[in-house]
Amino acid sequence: MSREIILILVFIVATLLGYKLINAVPSLLHTPLMSGMNALSGITLLGVIAVTAAADTLLGQLLGVLGLVAAVINVVSGFGVTDRMLRMFKGGKAHEEAGQ
Amino acid sequence: MSNTVYYIISALLSIGVLYGIKLMSDVKTAPAGNRVSALCMLAAIVVTLLRTDLQRGLVFIILGLAIGSLLSIFMTIKVKMIQMPQMVGLLNGLGGLASSIAAILTIAVIPNQNAFELTTAALAMAVGAITFSGSLVAALKLHGKMPQKPVVLPGHQLLSAFSILVVLVLVVLIPLRPNANSVLLCALLGIAGLVFGWLFAIRVGGADMPITISLLNSTSGVAAAIAGMALGDVLLVAVGGIVGSSGLLLTQIMCRAMNRKLGAILFGGANKPAPVPKAEPAAPAPLAQETASDTVIEENPEKSAPALPTESDLPQWLTEARKVIIIPGYGMALSQAQEKVKQLSDRFQQTGKQVRFAIHPVAGRMPGHMNVLLAEVDIPYDLLFEMDDINADFPQTDLVIVIGANDVVNPAANTAEGTPIYGMPILDAGKAQRLIICNFDTKPGYAGVDNPLYAGQANVLLLLGDAKASLDKLLANA
Repeated sequence: MSREIILILVFIVATLLGYKLINAVPSLLHTPLMSGMNALSGITLLGVIAVTAAADTLLGQLLGVLGLVAAVINVVSGFGVTDRMLRMFKGGKAHEEAGQ
Repeated sequence: MSNTVYYIISALLSIGVLYGIKLMSDVKTAPAGNRVSALCMLAAIVVTLLRTDLQRGLVFIILGLAIGSLLSIFMTIKVKMIQMPQMVGLLNGLGGLASSIAAILTIAVIPNQNAFELTTAALAMAVGAITFSGSLVAALKLHGKMPQKPVVLPGHQLLSAFSILVVLVLVVLIPLRPNANSVLLCALLGIAGLVFGWLFAIRVGGADMPITISLLNSTSGVAAAIAGMALGDVLLVAVGGIVGSSGLLLTQIMCRAMNRKLGAILFGGANKPAPVPKAEPAAPAPLAQETASDTVIEENPEKSAPALPTESDLPQWLTEARKVIIIPGYGMALSQAQEKVKQLSDRFQQTGKQVRFAIHPVAGRMPGHMNVLLAEVDIPYDLLFEMDDINADFPQTDLVIVIGANDVVNPAANTAEGTPIYGMPILDAGKAQRLIICNFDTKPGYAGVDNPLYAGQANVLLLLGDAKASLDKLLANA
């Protein structure tokens, strides 16, 4: 099987699996879900690393740095704010214990 | 590292990410789920650094990672919960930008690419650029730095069509002529993508922002996945695909919640500038209907001259109520009144009342935004109810308190044809026995449609002004 077909198949399978799993996330958590997914879209960082390493001109390398900065902010802030939000959600009982 | 080993690692990390998402389906395990995803991402970055030849670009890579990390820590700590929509918009945009850069550098530095790689790189360039400019416009609109009203340029449709045509032609042209200034063409493609993203986002009105943000979330994932195809990186493709589908799913949920068609939002259609339909012709109809339904509920069927409730009725209303539903809206967040809402809810519970919160799917400025704002002030999530779960209970509810919400309780959505909110499912607050509306004024909400609930009914008490002040009045009487 050629690499192209594998890649397209992986895309389709990942999309379907993701769709199924995300459908189970309650709307209560849609904002953190979205910021978490957002962080994942920063996976493009892997691509930027690869091409920045291969770049052979200064312009290319500087462009790579810009891409790295953008992607890292996407990843780190994305997971960071998601964590901040998720830690705020408290249930009735847990809440009473926490607030005495 | 051989390709087979990398495939296996990629598969494991993808499963890890999917497991993290699975944990997100329960609020108790969600924080762990997010951390699992983050760890998988960290592992992916380390693996990529290990398998990349770092001789030439090491300094630049360290520089980029360091600057990005420092800025992120700063942003993560600084951002306020009410700013989350624009934050997500901004992060989306940065993801799109990064994918675009990955794509253009792929074309520039990787030799002997085949047609598949060139086509996907060009597509990633375009989708990334559209995501970047569209998200920045969305973030600026949400941040109040750009007008919230839809901006329609002369020949808007034509300009959009032209820019997307340029994108398509270039996506075909780049792989057809692999050595003829591919980088230049790719840059041109990026510009056309930026223009299209900008054109599409400026014409989206404020009320449709939750949908736009969800859609751009999806495209940022798709851009990453396509860039992964160009680079032959299976992990990028898998994770990008997951993000793409999640964004699409949220977009669908939002569209359903607002009864909007995606096409109409993207390409105009019914999405006319908000101020045009003032609901004037439609206002009498819902009013009549509302009063008619009131006659069933209320003891006092005098339609002609109902004795309007005043603030002096507050003590009686608040004491008599056993079942209370609070409907929070963005106005509450703008006035930073969440703490007071929490106090009110506690007070009600202490006096033995049943208190619940009704959350409209598009309350706030992004999916689920209101839940986050309430969670921030320690309101337990088991008091928060989705629209479909609570709507049937309104007729048996003694008192509904609306705090800074307008469009989501506006009965005109059922009747005022041609307005931006027509057909949007609403919270049936108007069906409750009594209604206290704490809004800043009686001006139309974000969608620009008048609310017939303000038109003087015997069971509706309006507390106008800042939500904090109105809540103080409630607290003083509860």
